[in-house]
Amino acid sequence: MTAISLKLRRIGLPRLIVHVSVLLIVILWLIPTLGILVTSIRDKNQITTSGWWTAFVGSSQTSAVRLGDPATAKQEGGKFVISGSVFENGATGKVQAFGTRVQEPAAYKVGQTVDLGEGESLLINGDGTYVQSKATAFEGRPKRIYLTVTVPPTFSLDNYRTVLNSEGLGQAFINSLTVTIPATIIPILISAFAAYALSWMQFSGRALIIAVVVGLIVVPLQMSLIPLLRLYNEIGNIFGVPSKTYAGIWLAHTAFGMPLAIYLLRNYIAGLPKEIMESARVDGASDFEIFLKIVLPLSFPALASFAIFQFLWVWNDLLVAIVFLGTGRDQLVLTGALNALLGSRGGNWEILTASAFITIIVPLLVFFCLQRYLVRGLLAGSVKGG
Amino acid sequence: MFAQILSAVGVMVVGVFICALYYWLSDKALQLVFPVRDGDVIGASRNLNRRAAVRPWLFLGPALILLGVYLVYPVIATFILSFYDRAGQDFVGFANYRWAFFDAGFRQSIFNNILWLAVVPAACTFFGLVIAVLTDRIWWGNIAKSIVFMPMAISFVGASVIWKFIYEYRGGNDAQIGLLNAIVTSLGGNPQVWISMPFWNNFFLMVILIWIQTGFAMVILSAALRGIPEETIEAAVIDGANGWQIFWKIMVPQIWGTIAVVWTTITILVLKVFDIVLTMTNGQWDTMVLANLMFDWMFRGGGDSGRSAVIALVIMAAVTPIMIWNIRQANRDAGGH
Repeated sequence: MTAISLKLRRIGLPRLIVHVSVLLIVILWLIPTLGILVTSIRDKNQITTSGWWTAFVGSSQTSAVRLGDPATAKQEGGKFVISGSVFENGATGKVQAFGTRVQEPAAYKVGQTVDLGEGESLLINGDGTYVQSKATAFEGRPKRIYLTVTVPPTFSLDNYRTVLNSEGLGQAFINSLTVTIPATIIPILISAFAAYALSWMQFSGRALIIAVVVGLIVVPLQMSLIPLLRLYNEIGNIFGVPSKTYAGIWLAHTAFGMPLAIYLLRNYIAGLPKEIMESARVDGASDFEIFLKIVLPLSFPALASFAIFQFLWVWNDLLVAIVFLGTGRDQLVLTGALNALLGSRGGNWEILTASAFITIIVPLLVFFCLQRYLVRGLLAGSVKGG
Repeated sequence: MFAQILSAVGVMVVGVFICALYYWLSDKALQLVFPVRDGDVIGASRNLNRRAAVRPWLFLGPALILLGVYLVYPVIATFILSFYDRAGQDFVGFANYRWAFFDAGFRQSIFNNILWLAVVPAACTFFGLVIAVLTDRIWWGNIAKSIVFMPMAISFVGASVIWKFIYEYRGGNDAQIGLLNAIVTSLGGNPQVWISMPFWNNFFLMVILIWIQTGFAMVILSAALRGIPEETIEAAVIDGANGWQIFWKIMVPQIWGTIAVVWTTITILVLKVFDIVLTMTNGQWDTMVLANLMFDWMFRGGGDSGRSAVIALVIMAAVTPIMIWNIRQANRDAGGH
């Protein structure tokens, strides 16, 4: 709370309006993600019959069941009686109403004996137990009735089990890690050396290189794709190696992250106190030693900021992955897998929501744990186009 | 499975090791090539100077090679390829440019991109500014900011699934499980297939990017708002300005530079928007944008590198003014250093 905001509070909008509007914004921003989170742990039948916002109150479904077989009827006090439960096939829930015709599936209330004509009567209780009785013997097939059942909310991790194993998300997760870990760490070292040279070493052409690096920050990835794809294919042909490899994408991500990395780190390293460098130099330390022992440890906050950027960017990237990696199981990353599922499993929301949540959980964890560094990085490098 | 992770970690360790080794060995090599011996003062100082001249390039080397191969060379190559045929073999002059000029799909993409450019940066900046101002005044503002900022961490593909679920449409008498259609039907309207409504579907896709990027605008603008000198606001209060006037006449003019930065950053992002369109519609129902059209031509019918290069160059041309502005700005900043 700064003094400015205290002043504004006295003169500005009434506080209540501010609180309510921020609350509304927060809800608006949270609901989309909440929707897939809740859906991903719901039962897949419930997902298709009711909105996720009703997940906690249970859903109401109409279904048809057959009562017990006439052969199981018992004679009680001059009547033939069949009794049992409508939930014998393993379903659970609470019966709200029932009917004998599909047009009126909720014609009768539960807990009351209903006269169905021809001496037949039927009682269904809320818990699903029923008593069907008739003056004469039952004939033919078991009676079909229609039930309106409210199903209590059930939550499980079944959807996650399904997508991780049979939909290949587990493998894709590993592939994403395989792409991301080296593609985050390696550019840091290379760009840190470059940033040091551009900040503390005197040589001709320095200003030009800095200008080129700044210019390259905004060069669209699209400019690189065609020539690089051709280059990779040619190299693959000449040396008889596959053109889509992890090594290829590591280098690509390293290079694409390089301009921002050099820019961010140079800004930071150039701002380090001159006295430290000079006193180290007077003590006889070489540039190599100064960099390793002084610059690298002091630049930790900037290195962390860039590492988070690069991690999020590589993990969330789709374009580079589909151009430079194959679509086989052993190379498909999470974003690619999710994109493929959108095509093949378009309406299966239990699969899509669980998969989506798996792809976003790691970046969200990184985000919430390291938000401080991310904000600092954003403020330092907001010329970058993403 | 774990073998793969292990190999990734292994590559990381080996990669870092090789990098470190390169810098270390090149430094040693430099000392061997230009030795400094006691007693030979002139030779020593000459060699020291030589070392100082070579060392920056050793430090810069790997970065420059990567930038050269992956960014500088492709920019030039793409420019050249735009004058060649689909296989990149025969020179065809301006044929690809002529194609683009008369192609309906290309015009559609340009139109949609302009639409995105007109809406998304403005909406993100506006919402970001409003949220920054509002959250700065309440005790739980930082929590609210975190939540608005959160979508920044979500991939465009993930965000597309999240929003596709909101736009979900179900025909017949089925219950609407998409939030938007549920709201529409509960208000008495008819459910719609939102993402296949020509023209308007563009806006439904834009909402996704706005949802993601507003947090970015908010964070940057919030920092700028905190940097406003208190005296200017105090003076306005004394002069009897109300909250509205203070916001528009005192605060906004002082953060104008930051607003411009936020706006241009999101503009660049919008020009490259690809994942959202690919996953939501794949350019169907008149939602094609340049980046997707370019990707489409890269692979359509075996690929047409000439046309695809022309489309990439159009995106490049659009970011060039921003690029020049950034370079000037950086030069001005570096001038004092």
